[in-house]
Amino acid sequence: MPEYSVIGKPIPRVDAKAKVTGQAKYAADYELPDMLWGKVVRSPYPHARILNIDTSRAERLPGVKAVVTGKDFGEFKWGYLPTTRDETPLAVDKVRYYAEGVAAVAAIDEAVAEEATELIKVDYEELPGVFDPEEAMKEGAPQVHDYVKNNMAVEYHWHFGDVEKGFSESYLVRKDRFRTPRTTHGYVEPPAIVAYYDPGGYITVWPSKQSPYFIYRHLAACFKLPLSKVRVIQPFIGGGFGGTKNDTGTGDWCAVMLSKKTGKPVKVVYSQEEELVVSRRRHPMIVDIKTGVKRDGTLVAIHHQVIADCGAYTFMSPLSMYLAGCLTTLPYKLPNFKHDAYCPFTNNPATGAMRGHGIAHTRFAADVQLDMIAEELGIDPVEIRLRNAIENPKPGSIYETINKVTLKTCGIKECIEKVAEDTIWKEREKRKKREGNISRGVGFSSASYLGGARLMGHQAAAAVIRVCEDGTINLLTGATDAGQGSDVVLCQIAAEELGLPIEAIDIKRVDTAVTPVDPGTYGSRVTVLAGQATRKAAAEAKQQLLEFAAQTWKVNTEDIEIRDGKVFVKSDPEKSMPFGRLARIACYSGTGAVIIGRGYSSYGIQPMPTTFENGMGNAGTNYSFTAQSAGVEVDMETGQIRCVDTTIAHDCGRPLNPLTVEGQNEGGAIQALGQVLYEDFIMDKGKTLNPTFLDFKMARSTDVPNIKVMHVITDDPDGPFGAKEASEGSITSTPPAVVNAIHDATGVWFKELPITPEKVILALKEKRRPPLRK
Amino acid sequence: MKQVKLTVNGTLYELSVQSWETLGEVLRDNLRLTGTKEGCGLGECGACTVIMDGKPVNSCLVLAAEADGKQITTIEGLASGDKLHPIQEAFVEHGGLQCGFCTPGMIMSAKALLDENPSPDEEEIRRGIAGNFCRCTGYTKIIESVKVAAKNMQGVK
Repeated sequence: MPEYSVIGKPIPRVDAKAKVTGQAKYAADYELPDMLWGKVVRSPYPHARILNIDTSRAERLPGVKAVVTGKDFGEFKWGYLPTTRDETPLAVDKVRYYAEGVAAVAAIDEAVAEEATELIKVDYEELPGVFDPEEAMKEGAPQVHDYVKNNMAVEYHWHFGDVEKGFSESYLVRKDRFRTPRTTHGYVEPPAIVAYYDPGGYITVWPSKQSPYFIYRHLAACFKLPLSKVRVIQPFIGGGFGGTKNDTGTGDWCAVMLSKKTGKPVKVVYSQEEELVVSRRRHPMIVDIKTGVKRDGTLVAIHHQVIADCGAYTFMSPLSMYLAGCLTTLPYKLPNFKHDAYCPFTNNPATGAMRGHGIAHTRFAADVQLDMIAEELGIDPVEIRLRNAIENPKPGSIYETINKVTLKTCGIKECIEKVAEDTIWKEREKRKKREGNISRGVGFSSASYLGGARLMGHQAAAAVIRVCEDGTINLLTGATDAGQGSDVVLCQIAAEELGLPIEAIDIKRVDTAVTPVDPGTYGSRVTVLAGQATRKAAAEAKQQLLEFAAQTWKVNTEDIEIRDGKVFVKSDPEKSMPFGRLARIACYSGTGAVIIGRGYSSYGIQPMPTTFENGMGNAGTNYSFTAQSAGVEVDMETGQIRCVDTTIAHDCGRPLNPLTVEGQNEGGAIQALGQVLYEDFIMDKGKTLNPTFLDFKMARSTDVPNIKVMHVITDDPDGPFGAKEASEGSITSTPPAVVNAIHDATGVWFKELPITPEKVILALKEKRRPPLRK
Repeated sequence: MKQVKLTVNGTLYELSVQSWETLGEVLRDNLRLTGTKEGCGLGECGACTVIMDGKPVNSCLVLAAEADGKQITTIEGLASGDKLHPIQEAFVEHGGLQCGFCTPGMIMSAKALLDENPSPDEEEIRRGIAGNFCRCTGYTKIIESVKVAAKNMQGVK
């Protein structure tokens, strides 16, 4: 086991003090002189042609400084792929979802801006809409876009091995239909931006974006400026999890355009209700899954068909549908696999990435179905998982799945064994099965998630280490800590590599004028990729310093070590000096040297066999593994479910900061628990009827179980200090664990999330009903 | 416009406010105390929690005019100079925060709880912060932080 001084320690976050004192500034906290307030005018129809927009009354309102409509943005369209640029900053010819933006105003304060939105008169011709993905795929359904047939935004068909042959050779074949809910990120900070278009042709924005280099490119493309004239300065981010804060939203485009028109800074802050109505929510998916196994429960073949509601624009759906299939071959050995994916447009709000992206849906279906199979075959849920679990490859060897996902480490067996040995599972028989109306149950699950997402061509991730002359360090990366704790982890990586205490490292938040480009905070990529870049940059800076030390002591650089801020000759520890002194020697040597280390991540740049169409190869740099148990109590009278305790064993490679890794696991698990038990947008013809936290029902402090997190260390060779991912594993493993526990408590298999009290009562009634006589 | 006197973090302010302005807006916009966050504006998320005459309130639901003559404590009023309040310290040390947006409100609710009940059990802690949503932590480390803070604050006495 390697000895580290900073890595692996539960060090508090570097931004914690700023956050607990209220000093951390988020986008809405910024204010500039002469700043105006912007507001978006939104459509009252889910599908309608725009006949005319009359802005004259709004423009005459005292205090209104500018109005913009879709026409102001010319021909500009954007989208996730070059082939899917189907969205405009504001709707131009027609609106495709309820509350889509059609205009925006800037005024001297928020109240005037609000009033002005009501004075903009838009004439619409209502069109028939389509709100159900299965209806949308049918011939003759209302067409949301003209450029595709039958609303089919994304469609994939992959086949590895031969599933039909597999099914014919199986002892048992099961077919089930599962449904995942209409859920969303639910960050407490609503999206906000302050934008300034300098009349000299520079854009500066302070947006709440977890992936600031998305908006950087978008603004350059939209406003036809070179990237060097677009500056994104990163405020603190009040939670991300994908979605609206990943990408550029209506408020962002409009703030910049309104600033361009007025020559003044413009601030747009969404209301939480606005965000919940129009957010790039998670795709609800229908998963039809067919699985064949041998008599002993060994998996032979899986064929799943996924129908996802795309909503009104393609956005990230090509990736979502790819992710919904690419990791079905983990964490169990699977020789035959088929994935049919359909993602039709509807007139529902557009969808986007959310923590557990794509993978969580199919893993939920597959892992609950595995328990159904275990029950049918009379095999213990842990036993069936162990029989199928992928072995940890021996050092130097690689495990390859049927769709060419490659693993160098896999701790799934150890995770399963650890959770099986933990009290929740081990002592499950000791729980009183029934007490009054309360019925108890325990469930088990396993999952895998990718770390260090590698997507398409854009992988560049770099770091710069600047050694100040007093021996302190400025660390610059393009990576964003949206709350996950990557800033402290990157500082730990730099400190470990340089041999310094954590206090010596200062990390800068993104400023695209200064920091190196980075893809963004998604796909659990920051620790793996920006982490590797940081380690390399630190190593390079260290090497430069060692050369000055070698000259001073007349020894070779290899003979020198730096540890805990002290530089010394390994064979002669008498020869030593503080790190700060070495920094001064280097900087004042008269050579003109300035110590700057640079590094970029190389994990993500190998050629990839992956395309979304073939489903083959690595979506990630490496893969985490998770096993989980959960205990529930179901009130058989009211249908109320409480998850009382849960244990998660997680192979994140190596927890670089156990406090942060635990926090990520806990947060992911509770976000998932909300999806299992409470959260669901209630829709009426494209309109969200419950766009408030209270009615959307996120978990509160009184709803959460006691959580125990156990670490499984596998030291992945493709991760800085062995690291993989944390948090997207537990958001994936929690739903099947809880659903399996509910089955244990009630005897009912629930296949549609969320499992509300109403659904429980109906299912229990159904179960009690005597079978109809023939 | 209405004249109000607010004592915020020990300083007396005499302000003219609009009759519809909330305490949260006045704190953030007039006094530039932006540590108090607005998450929903509907009294659901608790991000704007401040302590008014000893009680935790959602500052988005209190009109500034109603706060006339009251003592207000915001997150900015908790630390003494560089020295963090024990609740703040516990949140830092025990991972009681992630993105930090709910944190000011969460800490103010925790403070109001501990002021009234210095040694709450876990259930009382959960109930004490039940009005504050956190989407990042799953609450586990927040509850732990409040437990530690309660213990440390008792040690001081």
